[in-house]
Amino acid sequence: MTLRSLDPSAFWIYLAEQPLFFLAITLAAYLVGDRIAAATGRHPLANPVLIAILLVGAALLVSGTSHARYFEGARFVHVLLGPATVALALPIWRNRALIARHWRAIGAALGIGALAGIGSTLVLARLLGLSGATLASLAPKSVTAAIAMGIAEQVGGTPPLTAVLVIATGILGAVMVTPLMNLLRIRDYAARGFAVGIAAHGIGTARALQVNEKAGAYAALGMALNGLVTAILVPLLLFLFR
Amino acid sequence: MLEGLTILIFLQFTGELIAGLARLPIPGPVIGLALLAGFALWRGRMPEPVVIAGDAILRHLSLLFVPAGVGLIAFGDRLAREGLQIVIVLVLSTAITMTVTALVFRALTRDDERDAA
Repeated sequence: MTLRSLDPSAFWIYLAEQPLFFLAITLAAYLVGDRIAAATGRHPLANPVLIAILLVGAALLVSGTSHARYFEGARFVHVLLGPATVALALPIWRNRALIARHWRAIGAALGIGALAGIGSTLVLARLLGLSGATLASLAPKSVTAAIAMGIAEQVGGTPPLTAVLVIATGILGAVMVTPLMNLLRIRDYAARGFAVGIAAHGIGTARALQVNEKAGAYAALGMALNGLVTAILVPLLLFLFR
Repeated sequence: MLEGLTILIFLQFTGELIAGLARLPIPGPVIGLALLAGFALWRGRMPEPVVIAGDAILRHLSLLFVPAGVGLIAFGDRLAREGLQIVIVLVLSTAITMTVTALVFRALTRDDERDAA
């Protein structure tokens, strides 16, 4: 072994040329994030995805690696987003009894809640003078990143920004839901769960499941249904808004 | 696992095809979701292979956001410029969404619950 091969920068260049290296980094960073989240008792602020993004992002910045180079390896994970989105039909199917029993409340709260969410986002973003691309990235922020990134791409947003805004929204919803619902004196766990599922997707649903089983079921249903509704409403509202 | 994954990818592909042909600004996978939910509700059953593969992927759904999220490193400038306004929008609109959804839901379930009681 020559001295040259022990040079750390040469070693890095070798690793960075292997797509599998970045796949391994992605999985390892997520596992680290998941361990940290578990150690905090799954506190919403210790979000494993956010931790993984920060870890990988810092590694790329420090090493001067482009996102395109990183993505050559990471795309093997990314490509599963499509089938995962289709699989979100499962929570709808499993909670079909809830839909049958409360279809009026579910339908109205879903439609009006989604409209209020997207509408308030667009109005506030415009009032605060945010750019058009940021507006389009913000609009689908209440639904799971799997769907939100696809919507953002369709309407001229920035999918990576949307992914992070979606996670931030999920964390905010999970942190705010209990105090807000207590303030509004809403005690019904169905209403509380459905609201956090509509506003804060999977992260809100995880929080609802921690609190109450009924709230968790309604949250999962709200998250899946809102993915569908938001995919239709965002292009429509953005068109009217522009 | 493989059978279910094939069905999911086939549905995604069908969704992409429909979106492309009908020029719908809706992501193909979301149309695939609607097709699968519609099929299951119509037939009254969800194919078992889809359940197996779907649960396996959904168990680690959030891992799948990491590669795209890392792309944020290219947008540091925009975040520095618009970060504060973005946070204000996120906090207010998330609170509004939850409030409106919960109030509408409660207004329409109260009667049902009373009937049931």
